[in-house]
Amino acid sequence: MTTDNSRPDPAKTNDLLVEAYPPKLAKKRAGQMVVNRKTPDGVVPEIKANIRTTPGIISQRGCCYAGCKGVVLGPTRDIVNITHGPIGCGFYSWLTRRNQTRPESPEDANFMTYCFSTDMQDENIVFGGEKKLRAAIQEAYDLFHPKAIAVFATCPVGLIGDDIHNVTREMKEKLGINVFAFSCEGYKGVSQSAGHHIANNQLFKHVIGRDDTVGPGKFRVNLLGEYNIGGDAFLLEDLFERCGITLVATFSGNSTIGKFENAHTADLNCVMCHRSINYVADMIEKKFGIPWFKVNFIGAEASAKSLRKIAAYFQDEELAARVEKTIAEELAAVKKVQDEIRPRCEGKTAMLFVGGSRAHHYQELFTEIGMKTIAAGYEFAHRDDYEGRRVLPTIKVDADSRNIEELVVEPDPVKYQPRLTWEELSARGLPHNDYEGMMPEMDEGALVIDDISEHEMERLLELHKPAVFCAGIKEKYGIQKHGIPCKQLHSYDYGGPYAGFQGAVNFYREIDRMVHARVWALMTPPWQTVSKPLLNAEWVRA
Amino acid sequence: MITPPALPEPVMAPTASEEPSFEAARNACKLCSPLGAALVFRGVRGGMPFLHGSQGCATYIRRYLISHYREPVDIASSNFSEETAVFGGAVILEKGLENVRRLYKPELIGVATTCLSETIGEDVPGLLKTYIGKHSREKDFPALVHASTPSYRGTHMDGFHAAVMALVSALAQGGPRGNRIAVFPGMVSAADLRRLRGIFSDFGLSPILTPDYGDSLDGPVWEEYRPIADGGTPVEDLRALGQTAASIQFGRILAGQAGPGDLLLERFQVPRYKLGLPIGLRETDWLYDTLAALSGRAIPADRQRERGRLLDALVDGHKYLQGRRAILYGEEDLVVGLASFLMETGVRPVLCASGSRSGRLAEALRAVTPPDQEPPEACEGADFAELEKAAAEWKPDLLLGNSKGYRMARRLGIPLIRVGFPVHDRFGAARLRHLGYDGALELYDRLVNAVMERAQDTNPTGYSYL
Ligand code: SF4
Ligand code: SF4
Repeated sequence: MTTDNSRPDPAKTNDLLVEAYPPKLAKKRAGQMVVNRKTPDGVVPEIKANIRTTPGIISQRGCCYAGCKGVVLGPTRDIVNITHGPIGCGFYSWLTRRNQTRPESPEDANFMTYCFSTDMQDENIVFGGEKKLRAAIQEAYDLFHPKAIAVFATCPVGLIGDDIHNVTREMKEKLGINVFAFSCEGYKGVSQSAGHHIANNQLFKHVIGRDDTVGPGKFRVNLLGEYNIGGDAFLLEDLFERCGITLVATFSGNSTIGKFENAHTADLNCVMCHRSINYVADMIEKKFGIPWFKVNFIGAEASAKSLRKIAAYFQDEELAARVEKTIAEELAAVKKVQDEIRPRCEGKTAMLFVGGSRAHHYQELFTEIGMKTIAAGYEFAHRDDYEGRRVLPTIKVDADSRNIEELVVEPDPVKYQPRLTWEELSARGLPHNDYEGMMPEMDEGALVIDDISEHEMERLLELHKPAVFCAGIKEKYGIQKHGIPCKQLHSYDYGGPYAGFQGAVNFYREIDRMVHARVWALMTPPWQTVSKPLLNAEWVRA
Repeated sequence: MITPPALPEPVMAPTASEEPSFEAARNACKLCSPLGAALVFRGVRGGMPFLHGSQGCATYIRRYLISHYREPVDIASSNFSEETAVFGGAVILEKGLENVRRLYKPELIGVATTCLSETIGEDVPGLLKTYIGKHSREKDFPALVHASTPSYRGTHMDGFHAAVMALVSALAQGGPRGNRIAVFPGMVSAADLRRLRGIFSDFGLSPILTPDYGDSLDGPVWEEYRPIADGGTPVEDLRALGQTAASIQFGRILAGQAGPGDLLLERFQVPRYKLGLPIGLRETDWLYDTLAALSGRAIPADRQRERGRLLDALVDGHKYLQGRRAILYGEEDLVVGLASFLMETGVRPVLCASGSRSGRLAEALRAVTPPDQEPPEACEGADFAELEKAAAEWKPDLLLGNSKGYRMARRLGIPLIRVGFPVHDRFGAARLRHLGYDGALELYDRLVNAVMERAQDTNPTGYSYL
């Protein structure tokens, strides 16, 4: 069992991580690393986040295009996505996030496995690519007659000045289907985060609110920021159904454009990944009057808590009873596995450096099997994801983020229909539009590092030797060279699902398997462990 | 455009396509240029690839290289912002290089451009010159090499060759002729590179492989952290390229363009040999004959036995493979090498496709086709949408290519033998062997076993004796 004394002092760790940097960079990075402290009313230290990675520093981050096309729109099956740009950007974002989808019938459209790119060539860079884009949209239409076509800009597009919005507007008129574009050139913003924002904006402008049909169901909610990695959404859909909660739309795991268009008919927005989708939640509230709060379906306890929050929102006894019954059934099964695994994992340490919400959510699962998160950080989050939305008014917007459009949203003259006031929410013991952030839930003394670099990660591993490190494929093999398992939390190592109660069980078992893999005992070669006797033998021989 | 014959049997000459060519690439069969360059720079000892562009390209490219090799691959980037995209990236390039030098102490930094820096017309050679002028007297100053790799003008193979050319052009120096051999293997697997070293040393020859990621991208576990994985061609060796006794470059496609061998010949009068990728009997014979001539030694007895063993396997396996039809796709030189070998096994490569457009694929395929056979149909600039359409008509028994063809294989219900790049749905891509008699034999075993497995799986009785 690892005790705190066996690990270097967290405050000193930070100094060691930046030791090799030039002074200016060391200072900058120091602002993005804090040792967690909590005042009694839950205030945590300030951490710098969402700032540009210094050139030459190898970061986990991707680009704006990746956040827009890959993350937010990637999981929707019936929109044909066209990457406007040279071939690489489109190729690299081709089904790599492993979102799953389940068309309702074999005839239903599913374009997720398809990778459309305008494959720009020299002459398009010189003379512009609009003509080629127009042709590509036409081709996509002729091939599939889809409900919608979306166009995503990559770096060169903005630079050569192609007016993609004009092209999509024209094509929308010509084809009579929804065609819209995203100016998500990779150089915008500082990470995927800018792309999330742009995706949110365009979905809101071009899709959400187009279909007013109110479907069946008494308790109608949307789930925002759930991307159905490893089949998470399928488990949650099932869980909601058993509780009697109707899922109107999920942004965007296992989704269709039709569901997005109809999302404003729900009565509550539940936000999973705050970072990637809070803009849509906010804008829907302003325009249609639907409140949102944060939920977390990663971890059994967290899932129970989230279901209870939804039940409290609707104030319906029957719903509350069904929710409690489901939780009780599920927790019994979960508990059994926890009891089996916990003794083996108790006290072991974990580090999580990933995404914009997972580094927070997955700590729950580790806690449930007795493991301790000693360091965590996000790849592309903002201060509010660390410290909570209470710091929103104090966040300074820098030049990199200033250029990302903030939509001005007014209540819809017809469709605005306030569900519950903030006072009514408080009366039900519910937060409104709030996310408390990762740090208030972490231990005192835990390390929090934003946008960790490859160099810092290596040092951290050397200093603390955690039992498991959660990151992505790019980090995986470097971490494992040290004899430490890396659990991928972007793609789940092609495992999962990990959401909800059954997902929690899957995760406990997976971590147990990885942490106790036979190979870790073999990492030190025999000539190192038995170096003394060998020397003796040699000496005797001499 | 792919033009399937009217009838699946017998294979007819292709007819002209009536369908207009698609503007868009649908499920592309190529990757982008800086990926190839990054791979080459990781094949230099202490080499750090550096992309002058937005950080997203470096991240995406790392992700693909890492998924294939299952090894750490670091690629630095200058990380353009909206502002630097407008005003130029001189400052961030310098800053980026400084940080990389400080943290990773590289022996070489290979700077490749991306579509962004190419589009805005950055003068990277000029910027590097300035940087070198300012800093080159500092301790441990690394070699700096620049490759121009816009993806709107080529594929990952073009980026690969551009980086090899950049290394040779920037580093090779003349001097008294030594007895080492410059070897330009092309984009082959890590295990193939390791094997090549052995093949040369069997003849008492000392090769300088450019690049050589045989260890750096398929290395052992670490006893302690290293900023840059061990292995790769030492920079001193790259400098010595101009003093080699001869150069050998593989690839019949590469042979048709200005290659590294030409550069060494032109600048340092290094005798040049252009061979095919040594896969199978004939192309490997060609390599061994060349090595025998260069070394003045006979082909070692062990290698002769290997050849015999390969031939023996072809004899024993002919009943499984003779007359089977295969579609091949991927890097052009690999496709040509594989086609050459397949024709020796009796498999008919009905269609050979690549996302690249060298303009020489058909010709290279003709050159490896025995005179009494129809050459396979060549398809350049192909994507998987076209390939799948063609496959429906050609009705192949086998597919050979990278993981991106899996969906096609699944729909057709035929085996996919994974070769080329990327292979991210199988374990051990770095260790796949193709080159030399023994490499071809490993490949051959995989081919035959794939056919046997398929026969077994689709057999109603489920025989365990095949
Ligand atoms: S912009 Fe160019 S270099 Fe970057 S990923 Fe796209 S194709 Fe590759
Ligand atoms: S070119 Fe731009 S959009 Fe494409 S991968 Fe690179 S950073 Fe992203």
